[in-house]
Amino acid sequence: MSGTPEPLGIAIVGASLAGLRGAEALRLNGYDGPLSIVGDEPYRPYDRPPLSKHVLAGELAAGATQLPNLVSLDARWHLGQAAIKLDREARIIALAGGTALSFDRLLIATGAQARPWPDPEAARLSGVHTLRGRDDAADLRAALVKNPGRVVIVGAGLIGCEAASCCRDLGLPVTLIDPNPTPLARSLGGAIGGVIAGCLRDAGVDFRPGTQVRALEGDGAVRRVALSNGAAIDADLVIVALGAVRATGWLAAAALMADAGGVTCDGACRVLTADGTAVPEIYAAGDVARWPIPLYDGRLVSIEHWGNAVEQARHAARNMLAAPDDQRPYDHLPAFWSSQFGINIKAVGLTEGADSLAVVQGSLAARRFLAVYGQAGRSIAAVSFDEARWLPAYAERVAARRPFPPIRDANDQPAITSLPPGFPPPRAARHHGVAMGGAHG
Amino acid sequence: MADDTLFSQVLDPANRADPYPLYARLRETPVARQSDGKVVVSTHAAIRSLVFDPRLSSEDLPPSRRPRTGNPLKDWFLNPLKDRVANAHRPLIFRDPPAHDALRGFVMAEFGVERVRALHGRVSSLVDALIENCRGRDEVCLVEDLSYPLPVAVICDLLGVPEADEPQFQAWATQLATALEPDARGDEATRRANVAAFDAIASYMRALIKAKRRHPTGDMLSGLAARGASGEARMGEVDLISTAILLLVAGHETTVNLITNGMLTLLRHPDELERLKSEPARAPRVIEELLRYEPPVHFRTRKALGDIDIGGTIIPKGTAIILLFAAANRDPARFADPDRFDPDRPDIQHFGFGGGLHYCVGAPLARIQAEIALLALCRRLHDPRLLADPPPYRPGASLRGPEMLGISITGIT
Ligand SMILES: Cc1cc2nc3c(=O)[nH]c(=O)nc-3n(C[C@H](O)[C@H](O)[C@H](O)COP(=O)(O)OP(=O)(O)OC[C@H]3O[C@@H](n4cnc5c(N)ncnc54)[C@H](O)[C@@H]3O)c2cc1C
Ligand code: HEM
Repeated sequence: MSGTPEPLGIAIVGASLAGLRGAEALRLNGYDGPLSIVGDEPYRPYDRPPLSKHVLAGELAAGATQLPNLVSLDARWHLGQAAIKLDREARIIALAGGTALSFDRLLIATGAQARPWPDPEAARLSGVHTLRGRDDAADLRAALVKNPGRVVIVGAGLIGCEAASCCRDLGLPVTLIDPNPTPLARSLGGAIGGVIAGCLRDAGVDFRPGTQVRALEGDGAVRRVALSNGAAIDADLVIVALGAVRATGWLAAAALMADAGGVTCDGACRVLTADGTAVPEIYAAGDVARWPIPLYDGRLVSIEHWGNAVEQARHAARNMLAAPDDQRPYDHLPAFWSSQFGINIKAVGLTEGADSLAVVQGSLAARRFLAVYGQAGRSIAAVSFDEARWLPAYAERVAARRPFPPIRDANDQPAITSLPPGFPPPRAARHHGVAMGGAHG
Repeated sequence: MADDTLFSQVLDPANRADPYPLYARLRETPVARQSDGKVVVSTHAAIRSLVFDPRLSSEDLPPSRRPRTGNPLKDWFLNPLKDRVANAHRPLIFRDPPAHDALRGFVMAEFGVERVRALHGRVSSLVDALIENCRGRDEVCLVEDLSYPLPVAVICDLLGVPEADEPQFQAWATQLATALEPDARGDEATRRANVAAFDAIASYMRALIKAKRRHPTGDMLSGLAARGASGEARMGEVDLISTAILLLVAGHETTVNLITNGMLTLLRHPDELERLKSEPARAPRVIEELLRYEPPVHFRTRKALGDIDIGGTIIPKGTAIILLFAAANRDPARFADPDRFDPDRPDIQHFGFGGGLHYCVGAPLARIQAEIALLALCRRLHDPRLLADPPPYRPGASLRGPEMLGISITGIT
């Protein structure tokens, strides 16, 4: 490590949504000391949701996604420099360029990265893409407009489905592969996922449910996708959409409770050491944070959605400036949106553990509806397809732990019957039993 | 019950000039049950949550039933048939999803920014001409001289009703406005007069729509009538007629009240009147604050389709609900110093245009009319002063506004 340490103050690592909103909240709450913001990407904070929607569709340039600054920050930006090590005792962060950054308080906001294809060699084949950052989106868009032959998308989660929708709008042949019986099976379950399966069919996507990809094959460029059932699909472009892993590698030496599932925090957003004590001067927020969510009885979750990054960062910033005996617990009603196949999807709550599902307005057949998830008689989540206007009423009742279903006799309401939501069995614990609420990865 | 007497006092014309102290007392019980079973909801939070509640129905009208005529053919055959048709084709303000959404979609498609913007010039010249008419006088009766004639002329223009028929429209609009007044619907004489006006305007509209189909003239009615010509869904003729009538009725008395209340409020706050004169760019803020502070529509009624859990109480299924928008607009839990007229307040999220799925479709048009009229009045009237404060009010408690507003002036620019 070289160079003289920078003056003390607050450091934020991760210059994206949570980092930016956290920095703004610090200033709004009256913090006027030194503020450093470290980001490994060379860009000022930008917005990711449009990347898999408007940017792929060509409606927005990847570079036009910059997030507006809501407050003047007066911060030192260290962009294009990854934090590579945290020395917790000395309160120093080592940056890839050799800079050492001292801090007296730290906000960890390093988010997540796209889960790469497990075989590193195959992952490097040209034509194999992941989608997390602005450069990824620009590369992918450039490849799509060259009119490749078949596009194969591995993983029918939110991003896989959004990409499939964009590719079909561009007129490209698309195969979408997922081990589950329907798309969005983990986030929304098979009953709702079935609606998107219908959209895939109508849009002419070759959807292969219940199918595993064994290998990506090629010679410098990807040529084929080999399936575990022995079949193979010719492909010129592969989008690997297998979710995300949390960017915690740089914390390895800091003896924190951190792994690919996130860095564990207490209820007030303070990170925990490996032995479970809260570190009073280090906080985390956004995709990278794993925390006990009060609404779901303190279950440890890490939420990969835009709204949480904003709220949690603001909350962490507030607590960073508050006295040790004034640390407020962070509660949150998780929420996300998606747009695909011309449908505006919005959801609130965590669907994990749902044992029942009821369509309470509209109908699945019309692809315009509101449905509620229940667990042991309690309403735990709700999703709307093109019916977002009523969602707040359900959100309010999910947040209040109302019985399932929370609203009867609504307008345009079908006879309510409870269906099995159709979630796949929990996957082999990749992240030490961490629940991931409908991850946007 | 104390709650009960409060809302009957709201309905009492004696309290029309200043219902706000009553509203303040009503807000102490955000969801207040009356002895007749109705529930009055008056806080910002409770109304906000209700207008986004899918269990709220606007199909709360008692079904249309024409008064008896003594003519057996009419009483036993024709009128029941007409009633059936009318009930099946209520205008969208009295419909629930999904029918509401389909009808509203047609109207929204014809209520584009361009169409509203195109009315700008027309509104300005109407306002100028109406003010010009007052030249040489030392008194203006704002309602008669400007607030009343303006909106009807504008809606006729929007729909494409020939100018020559405007006086007739004005008469119909005045009569039918009472149909939107929740507390006046039951009265026998009113019903008779409403039916007559409705029949007259409906047959007029039927003929006009036929003409627009043959010779489209680029106006809203031509657009609504032509929509679907290329095979897409199309509004049936009866819905078309009831929609056209709704646009007339919903956009008339409301806009009259906004302009009149606006001038009244500015005359009560002369410093604001002066500021508006010198800073015309302030007008949009002034209009929003007016919609909060003196809204033209004080309340609307709904019905509970199911038991509604709200703020710790249950509104039982079938209950008639009164959404007291004007009380929510003065809720101190939402607005600091709510009884002060202050266009500079940072938060003016009022319910002046309602909220949720029935949010006013004519809001942009209403804003333009109020803005142009108030700016012109401030600029052109010399030394305006109220002749009577408070002015006399029309009886309606929901569509609340002055019957007349006398203003003395020393000249016109
Ligand atoms: C394609 C896409 C579409 C999405 N669509 C939606 C949507 O429709 N709705 C929704 O609710 N959510 C959506 N999301 C999720 C949402 O964008 C994320 O929840 C949000 O970006 C999280 O913000 P964050 O700041 O916590 O993390 P990130 O945005 O991941 O930012 C972390 C930043 O830290 C940087 N970083 C990582 N490690 C280091 C290090 N060691 N040193 C320095 N910097 C580092 C990263 O490069 C990155 O810039 C989408 C995400 C993606 C990728
Ligand atoms: C200052 C003027 C106006 C005010 C204060 C006003 C107010 C309102 C309010 C409060 C509602 C909601 C009713 C409810 O919730 O039951 C409404 C609905 C409506 N308004 Fe207005 N309005 C104004 C002008 C207009 C104009 C100019 C038009 C049309 C030309 C118009 C057309 C409508 C229609 C069609 C609805 C019903 C919408 C629906 O049911 O979806 N209004 N208005």
